[in-house]
Parts: sequence; structure tokens; C-alpha cells
Amino acid sequence: MNNPASPASSETAMIGSRSTDWHGEAMQKRIARRYAAERRFKYLGLSAIVISSLFLAFLLFVMIGNGIKGFSTTQVAVPIDFASATGGASPDQIRGEDAERALNSLDISGIVNTAIEIEYGADAADIFTENSWTDVRDALLSNPDMIGENTTVWLTAKSEIDRAAKDDTDEKFEALYAKLKDAGKAQSGFNWGFLTGADGTDPARVGIWGALKGSIITMLVTLALAFPVGVLAAVYLEEYAPSNRITDFIEVSINNLAAVPSIIFGLLGLVVFLSWLELPRSSALVGGLVLALMTMPVIVIAGRNSIKSVPPSIREAALGVGASPVQVVFHHVLPLALPGIMTGTIIGMARALGETAPLLMIGMRAFLTSPPQGLTDPSTVLPVQIYLWSDEVNRGFVEKTSAAIIVLLIFLLTMNAFAIYLRNRFETRW
Amino acid sequence: MNTTNNSTEHTVKAFDSDISEMRGLIAEIGGRAEKSISLAMKALANNDLDLAREVVKNDKQIDALEEKIDRMVIQTIALRAPMADDLRELVATLKISGVVERIGDYAKNIAKRVAVIDNDLHIEPASLLPAMAQAASQLVDDALTAYATRDADLADQVCERDRVVDDFYNTIFRSLVTHMVDNPKHIGAGAHFLFIAKNLERIGDHATNVAEMVYFAVTGENIGERERGDNPSDPLYSED
Amino acid sequence: MNTETTNIASSNKMTTRNVDVFYGEKQAINGVSIDIDMENVTAFIGPSGCGKSTFLRTMNRMNDTIPSCRVTGEITLDGEDIYAPSMDVVQLRARVGMVFQKPNPFPKSIYDNIAYGPRIHGLASGKDELDQIVEKSLQRAGLWNEVKDRLNESGTALSGGQQQRLCIARAIAVDPEVILMDEPCSALDPIATAKIEELIHELRGKYAIVIVTHNMQQAARVSQRTAFFHLGTMVEYGDTSEMFTNPQEERTRDYITGRYG
Repeated sequence: MNNPASPASSETAMIGSRSTDWHGEAMQKRIARRYAAERRFKYLGLSAIVISSLFLAFLLFVMIGNGIKGFSTTQVAVPIDFASATGGASPDQIRGEDAERALNSLDISGIVNTAIEIEYGADAADIFTENSWTDVRDALLSNPDMIGENTTVWLTAKSEIDRAAKDDTDEKFEALYAKLKDAGKAQSGFNWGFLTGADGTDPARVGIWGALKGSIITMLVTLALAFPVGVLAAVYLEEYAPSNRITDFIEVSINNLAAVPSIIFGLLGLVVFLSWLELPRSSALVGGLVLALMTMPVIVIAGRNSIKSVPPSIREAALGVGASPVQVVFHHVLPLALPGIMTGTIIGMARALGETAPLLMIGMRAFLTSPPQGLTDPSTVLPVQIYLWSDEVNRGFVEKTSAAIIVLLIFLLTMNAFAIYLRNRFETRW
Repeated sequence: MNTTNNSTEHTVKAFDSDISEMRGLIAEIGGRAEKSISLAMKALANNDLDLAREVVKNDKQIDALEEKIDRMVIQTIALRAPMADDLRELVATLKISGVVERIGDYAKNIAKRVAVIDNDLHIEPASLLPAMAQAASQLVDDALTAYATRDADLADQVCERDRVVDDFYNTIFRSLVTHMVDNPKHIGAGAHFLFIAKNLERIGDHATNVAEMVYFAVTGENIGERERGDNPSDPLYSED
Repeated sequence: MNTETTNIASSNKMTTRNVDVFYGEKQAINGVSIDIDMENVTAFIGPSGCGKSTFLRTMNRMNDTIPSCRVTGEITLDGEDIYAPSMDVVQLRARVGMVFQKPNPFPKSIYDNIAYGPRIHGLASGKDELDQIVEKSLQRAGLWNEVKDRLNESGTALSGGQQQRLCIARAIAVDPEVILMDEPCSALDPIATAKIEELIHELRGKYAIVIVTHNMQQAARVSQRTAFFHLGTMVEYGDTSEMFTNPQEERTRDYITGRYG
């Protein structure tokens, strides 16, 4: 059986005549080229990282630089003798349920304007806006005892004064502010009104809370709809759907849906939710519905991928001990797929949070001076608010726009951090 | 059943070369054993002591060969984990090498008697011994051929033909005993011839053993109990 | 050497008659008839793609999960046709447990791995009873002493061999009648393999055991009955000791002696 012409012997002959020169010049050159290519690629990648980091740093720097000013405000002192001005109104009158009505009957506006007139004379119109008196009204509501006193109240100054306090503006307001400052009649502080108020016409008095609350409600609606529907759709498509043309069609449709421009979802919402179903216009409910439509395909795709990546051995193991298909999905597949599904949800929700165009289509760009109280109240969201403010003529809105962007970013980061925390908690290895 | 599995080679070619090497060694040890028988008989016929010494020397080589075959079989079983036909063949090889070594020992035993047998005596029954040796040697040869060709039928025939050697032995035994009764002076030499006949008979039996092993290796079955004639190894048992 | 053999027809736990398996148009298994009894370990051997695993999976309907797979013929468990509409597949898989090629513990604690089956089938009426089942199963699988102090650790933290014994314990926990093993040692080192083989030996008689293996030595070591599959048909089925010393079919012999292909 020792055949001399066996392949083994011819192989030996080939090895014997091996002629590759591993140490020759050509080989060394080839090695050098390979190393060079490797280095080039490494530096290219590194430079890409550096460039994108620079962009990000620049963006953050500019945003925070501009926006941080939006969080402070300038107030000017006005002495008011309430006791004489109101003709001896007692604090008890503006306590309790009838406080609002009692205040309205007191003509606070007149009292304040008179006090301003007395204190600043001709400059009054340059320092205060017509609505400055509302600060007094709010102060009285929280501290009724003030009504019987002769006291000094701090009123939010006009946006121009505020800007004069922060940086260069035209000389007239600079001079005015300097005068006030020297007299100790101007002070700067954290702008709580910005975090608690809603939109307005005077940049010094606008707030972000209305838009933030609108965003939160809208996101909750979106999450409540898109997450369960998306996950269930993903589970059905992965675990139950027979593989046929209809399933293929649905799969392609969902993939396409994820790529549809967002404004088209806005049009869809306009036609379906507002015209046909006659849901309230500008409401967080409709906004949430539209964004849920937009987010769902992303969750379905991410969900399917992560369900698919659950090792089949786990499914087999569960089936092997006699788990029913539903038990397999809910006891084993979904818990293991959850981190992936949540990643998809984070991406989808982050996109929805930043969405402006479809919400403009369904009227969520209304000028609202009070935060929404529920799902069906007219509301706006952060990106739309930013868009609206960026369009304003008054230069005071520039810093407000940046401040709103900071709020939006913080909201986004908080949401993501929470989702990542949840994901890591549920993450299991196999 | 007379299958041969030489048709297909093992996927691991080295296994095939191991097996063919062992077959070659069995052929060699068998050849030497046959040669020992014929040399011993020749030495006996010619009272040739040199030839007898050569048989003894040859036996040493047979012993060495047996040892080599045993080592190789054990190594192959350990390394290749043979199954079914391969396992049977290796076990058969292991046993055959031992049996053939015994055959060599019997030939040596015959050769050793050359020196002590008084050559001038004319013992008539001893003239049958060369023919008996011829028959026994042929059995060994056929058994080894059956092994080499994996021929179960030939192996079966060998077992059948052992009867011929047994018959020779019975004949020689009876006539030698008769001769010794008639010629008491020849008892010494006669006893030696009796042992030589006995050795030849044992060679035939061992040839049968080889054939049985071959039959088992080829078919996977034992050759089965068959009518074997007398058991001549026990003289008391011989025909009355 | 496994010389013990039994041929008592009445002890047949599972029988198959003329089983054909199709994947779409392609026929994977062709007319396999085999009897599995309680007393013996049955090994399925054969080259890759010969259908031995496919056939094993038809025996607890694991192939149901493959839509294009179709089974004809008859497979019975205690005389009941397992493909009959009245047969509940979930219950069947509890009665006919399975151990897979790759150790696949759930990414849960060791305790939960074992307790999962009894929980979903409602086999334990309380925590104490469940504890008992877990302990007994782990003991039977020869794993109790190694893991009793860390039942709350993840099953995936165990070594490969321990994981596989955990999987066997998990199958035992639902009190099956038959255990199917699909190449249970192919991912394990020789020591772990020996432990599994010893375990199979221990379990013999308590459960009807069928093991698919492509390691012939393993089949020879653990089984009393061996079936050789080739190209979707069962070529030969007989006592292991006979199969490995004197197979009757040429294809079996060529495979066993390493002359295949």
C-alpha cells in the first residue's frame, strides 16, 4: 500500500524546491509598505476623531457662552408706599380664594406706574416695560403683608437694560444702567422666571417652562404609544410571522417608514388626526401621536435586530424544557433583547425630541403665555420654541434662544442617561 | 462470508501503511517458521548438526520478530483506536505472531533432537515423518496465505485439513509403539521420534489456530465447533 | 465493554415507524423505524449531515419551529402518537427532554435554571418543594457538591462541563421519561466529557436515553444500542458491542473503521 506515486511524495518534492526569500529586499519593501499603510490609517482615524471633537467643543462653547446669560436677569428698585396708594387695603383682603379678584380691584398697574413715574420720571419708559407691574402683583400674592407697608420692590428691567448689564449695547442704555448701578438701584440675579414661565413678547420676561412641559408631555405620549406598539410589532415579526410575501412587504414598509422625512409625518398628522379624527389642534396629544408614528419604525427595527441577536440556543433551551412560545418570548427572549430595544428607543426618542417640522404642521407653534395643563391643551415643545425665538427681531431673544438650547440638551442628556442606566441594569451576558 | 476490505483505503493513509507493514512482518515471521521446519527435518534426515544449529539461531530471530510485531500492534491500537475489521485484524495479528513463534519453538525442539538420535538405527515408522512434516508445513503456509489474502475459505480448509496431520500422528504413534515393543533397544530413539511426531502434530494444531484467527478477523465470527477427529495430543484418548 | 443487551419488546418507550422528514422538497430522513427502550442507552452515529440530529429532533418535535419541516410516518411515546393533534407539544417536550450540543444555560442563577421548568409546569407547590427538586436534580446530575454554596450565581459563570451538567439537571428537573442528547460533549474537554459519560451511565435505566454523537468511541463507551445513519437512512441498528466489532453492513464498517468518503 506504500504507493511511491502517492500525493505525499510529490508534496515533499514541492517543499524541497521552496524558493520564497523571506529576507530579500522585495519582501522588506513589502513589509515597510504594509506598516506605512497601517500608520496612515491610524492617523486618519485619529484626525477624524480630533476634528469632530473640535466641532463639538466649539458648539458647546458658543452655546454655553451665549446661553448662560439667558439664565440671569436684571432688576431695578422701585419704592412703593402701598399703604397710602391703596387707601389702606388690609392683607386679609388678598388672602384666600378671592385674592386674585381683590388684587384686580386694587389697580396695581396704576399704583406701580405712578411709583415708577415718581422715581424715574422721563427714564421710566426706557427702564421698565408696560408689564413690569405684574412682578408686584406676583409679589403681593406670595406675601400679602406687603400691602400695608411702605417698601421697595425690585422689578424686572427692560431687556435693553438687562443687556446693558451684561455686554455692550447702545450708549443710551449703557449710560442709564451705569446711573442706576451707581445709585444702587440695579441688581442682577438668577432668572427663576425663565425656568418657570412661558412665552412672551418681552425677552426679559419669557420663560421656557411652557415649552419644556409641552416637550415632556409629548414625549410621554410618544413613549407610551411607540414603545409597546414597536416592541410588540418586532416580537410578532420575529417570532410569529410566517415568512411570506406579506411579511416581506411589511418589513420593507417599516424600513422605508423609518427613512421617511419627518415633515411628511406632520402632513399625515394634519390630515388624519386633525381633519378626520378632529383631535384638538396644537395639543401635546396630537404631537405625541405624530412623533410616535415617526419613532415606532426605529423601535421596530432595533427591536427586531436585538431579538434576532438573542442566541437560538436560549430559545431551544427554553423550548426543550417545555416552555410555550409565549413563555419563551417573555421569559427569555425579551429580557435578553431589552438592552438592544432600549438603545433603539433612546435613538428614536432623541430624534423625536429634536423634531420641529412635523409639529409645525399640526400647529404646535402657537404663541402660548401659559404652560399646558394637560394632553389636549394647546402646547409647544422645546425645538419649536427655539425655532420661534430664533426668528424674533428683538435682540434680547438671542441669549434666550441659546439658553433654551441648553435646556433642550440637558433634557436630552437626562433622558438618555436614564435610558442607559435602565439598559445597564437589565443587561445580562450569556 | 468472504469479504475483503482492501477495496477502500482509510482516510488516514498512515493507518494503511501501518497495517501493511504488520502484514509484511507476519509474512516474514511465517516464512522463517516454515524455513525452520524444513531445515530441522533436513538436519534430522542428514544428521546435520550445523543445520540444526542454524535452526536454533533462526528461532532467536523469530522471537525478536514476534516481539516487534507485538509492540507494533499495541502501538497501533493505542494510537489509531481501530474499530470493527481493523480491530479484529490487529487482535488476530497479535495472536498469530504468538502462535507462529510457538511453531518456531517446535521446529527448534525437533532440531535439538538431531544430536541425540542415533543415526544408524533403522526405525521404519520414522520414514513417515518427512511426509508428515511436509503436510504440517503446508498447513502453516496455507494459514499464512489465508491471512495475507484475507481468505476465509482457505482458512476454513486449513482447519479441515488438520485432520490429515492428526491421522499421520496417529499412524506414526501406533507403528512406533509397536516397533518399540518389538525392538526394546530402539526405545530411546523411538521416544525421540515420538516427540518429533508430537511436535509436528502441534505445529498442525497451531496452523489451525492461525486459520481460526484469520477466519475471525475476516468474518467477525468464530469458526465454530466442528468434527475434529480425535484429540491425538492425549495418547490415552486415541483410537482403541 | 458493554455486553448487557436487552431485547424485550414490551419495554419500548418510544417507537418510530417509517419516519420520513422533509425540508420543503428535500427529503432529509428516509423511512426510519427504530425502538428506544428504557434499559439501554441508544446512540445515533453517522457522518455530518446524515440526518441523525434531524431525526433526534423529530422525537420531541423540536423541528416544529422550522416552518418548512414536515414529518410523516409514526412516532409514539408509550404507544401515543406524538404527532397526533391531541398531543400537547409543550407537555411532550417536558416528557421528552433535550440536551443540546452547546451548553446553553439561561443567563440566570443556577437555582433559577433548574427551577424554571418545574415552575412553568407547576410541578412544585411551594418554595420548599422547589428547593427539593433543585437539589435532587443537581444531585442526579452530579453537580450538587460543586454548586451548592453558590446557587445564586449565574449559570453562565460555570465551566463548560459544569454548564452541560447543569443543562442535564435542568432537563431532569421536569421529571422526563426520555432524554435526548444532541452531541452533548462536542464542546467539552476530555475530562468534562468523561464526567458527562459517567453521568449518562448513572442515569441509564431511570430514563430512556438517546445520544447523538459523531465521536464513535463515545458511542461505544456510553451506549448499549447503536444506530448508524447515512444519507438520511438508518443503515444498521444493533447492539453496540456487535456494531463495533462486527458490523453487518459494509457502509457501517467503512464508517466505523475510518474508510468513509
